[in-house]
Amino acid sequence: MSLVTALYSGLFYVATVILIVGLALRIKKYAQTPAPLKIPTMPAPLTETGVAMRMAREVVFFESLFKSNKWIWIFGYLFHFGMLLVLLRHLRYFTEPVWFWVNWIQPFGKYAAFAMLAGLLGLWARRFLVDRIRYISTPSDHLMLALLVGIVMSGLGMGYLVHTDIVAVKGFFLGLMRFSPQPLPPDPLLLVHLGLVAVLMIIFPISKLLHAPGVFFSPTRNQVDNARERRHLAPWAKQLEAGER
Amino acid sequence: MADFEVPELKEYPIVPKLKEGVMAHSAPFVAAGKFQTPLGYPGELVDNWKEVAIDKMGELLGKFRSLQVFLDACVHCGACTDKCHYYLGTSDANNMPVARQELLRKVYRRYFTFAGKYFPKLVGAADLTEEVLDEWYSYFHQCSQCRRCSVFCPYGIDTAEISMAAREIMDAVGKGQKYCNEIIGKVYVIGNNLGLPEPALKDTLEGLEEEVEEDTGVKVRFPLDEKGADILLVTPSADFFAEPHVDGLIGYGKVFHEAGASWTMSSKASEAANFGMFIGSYENMRKIALRIREAALELGVKRIVFGECGHAWRVAYSFLNTLAGPFDFLDPRYPVPQHICEFTYNLIQEGKLRFNKEENDHMKLTFHDSCNVARASRMGNMEGGQFIIPREVIKATCNYFYDMPQDTIGEATFCCGGGGGLLTDDLMELRVKGSQPRMEALKRVTEDYGVTNLAAICAICKSQFSKVLPYYGFTMDQIVSVHQLVSNAIVMKGSEQEAELAGETE
Repeated sequence: MSLVTALYSGLFYVATVILIVGLALRIKKYAQTPAPLKIPTMPAPLTETGVAMRMAREVVFFESLFKSNKWIWIFGYLFHFGMLLVLLRHLRYFTEPVWFWVNWIQPFGKYAAFAMLAGLLGLWARRFLVDRIRYISTPSDHLMLALLVGIVMSGLGMGYLVHTDIVAVKGFFLGLMRFSPQPLPPDPLLLVHLGLVAVLMIIFPISKLLHAPGVFFSPTRNQVDNARERRHLAPWAKQLEAGER
Repeated sequence: MADFEVPELKEYPIVPKLKEGVMAHSAPFVAAGKFQTPLGYPGELVDNWKEVAIDKMGELLGKFRSLQVFLDACVHCGACTDKCHYYLGTSDANNMPVARQELLRKVYRRYFTFAGKYFPKLVGAADLTEEVLDEWYSYFHQCSQCRRCSVFCPYGIDTAEISMAAREIMDAVGKGQKYCNEIIGKVYVIGNNLGLPEPALKDTLEGLEEEVEEDTGVKVRFPLDEKGADILLVTPSADFFAEPHVDGLIGYGKVFHEAGASWTMSSKASEAANFGMFIGSYENMRKIALRIREAALELGVKRIVFGECGHAWRVAYSFLNTLAGPFDFLDPRYPVPQHICEFTYNLIQEGKLRFNKEENDHMKLTFHDSCNVARASRMGNMEGGQFIIPREVIKATCNYFYDMPQDTIGEATFCCGGGGGLLTDDLMELRVKGSQPRMEALKRVTEDYGVTNLAAICAICKSQFSKVLPYYGFTMDQIVSVHQLVSNAIVMKGSEQEAELAGETE
């Protein structure tokens, strides 16, 4: 096994474990921390179904962001849904035989990378051009965008400029999944692409990327408006009450 | 008239260019020891305050999912940056909701996250220092907890939750705010925010009975502590004496009278407000809420109705059942509690109230959605009822009603500038500047439709508007209570107004 193959095999195992365990721990924390009061941002749905719909609109259409700022919405939407298509398209490198619907979206997935890039560059431009957003941007905000742009550019580079042996790449990942390492082509663009992806996976559970699981746990978005009908007592509040009555 | 510059009202809203630190000097008086200790807080800044603050932050992170998720989830997208009325009115960078949150978040990162512990500069983490504490004290008292930012945040991050947590931490280290904590102390000792004792209340209410009889010829009662009444009315203590609040109280009394309802107020729960919410203290909020339960039990009432008060309605609607329930001893046919607007609206729907709208023809009205009613509670049985019901009550009692621009009402309503425990003279500059977006919207309908008056259902909004309207060229009496409009127009059976109308039609 070459050094490159060994390094990247190890890197992806480590990154995957960090991503999954890190996220699981974070989600567990969110789930176990009580929300002691009803604080949905009103008007809020009166039923569980209504809340599911509200959450779906938030996650699928970025409803609140749409209300808020059309520029951020357009760029954010281009980026996220471009990324979704790109990620789904990438499933072909992890499945054998390739699922039929992954083949369907293949052509869209290829162009989605450009949408993703446009979205990222738009969001990044706002961090320089809008004084308010410039003020709130931290170095990590810029680096996060740089990381994502790097991933997209290196990916596009392989698609349109310097092709890599994609069959071998697929062999490498299928090998990882079956715990029988296969050689990874040592193409510079590929190594950059995969290296940056691994970095993204590693920082996911310790960065603002936690907005992804976080939105589902946001009490202002996931609570039913039924406070008059039902008590909403946190375990610690119940103890407080038991101590007195 | 002011030692600061009153913002200009523009033709169309303009998002100002940000300026750093222009409101850093604004901070309310710090609570003296005598106002801290009755609430269970240290009397002055404790020696090991950093440790205490970090411990408290850890405790709150474990108790409130909102805080934990909100401190993690922000991506600095900037959607909220132009949504806060204090930012729009002051242009201070730290009054952008995200920047305000960052004041707490940077400390959270430093002490509670991997990235902040090892790469503080990279992710914007910072040690808790005296300067940071001062910043907290200044800027977490420049948030009226109005939740407008939470409407526009893609993750629903609510700066109100952050500023409540920050205030609770500051109270825990001994740096509380005088205005809120002194008032909570008064509630514990006397029963209401204004410190009106039972004899004074009684006197006031008797005065109201005489006044209404003189005006209408009808004996409308304003009962206090009457055991066995059906309805307990809990209303902000401002309703007992100040204009235009008291005109609202007269309105409630007339509605109850016409409905033939047996009702009472309580000297024990002679206050709807619950400043425990403003300081982010679950324990104090609960203790204040429990007075209402006790009063209801002692008086043996069957229903609880709340008067016009914004944050009180949030605590009543969203928290009362949780904090002081279950209310299984009350009549299960009615929601607990009900808002006076719901009560009046239902009677209007049933055709049980008669109005002569012409009595309000000297006014052209608009309605100010109070933030806690709009974004933190509901009325009626439909989503958004909190926007519909008060407007329907106004339209039933007035001929001329016009809404302010859509992006300044409903769920996007602008705070009056004085909510969230900031309604104190030591924050006058902030209050005036923070009301700028609302004043701009009011000016718009004044010019477009000739609107003369602004109706509200919140004691804080009413007091705030009485104070700030004159700074913008309006007059203090342009703010009215919704039930003042009801009071003006209602035609009670057997009243002089009824006789007059009968005379006209003959």
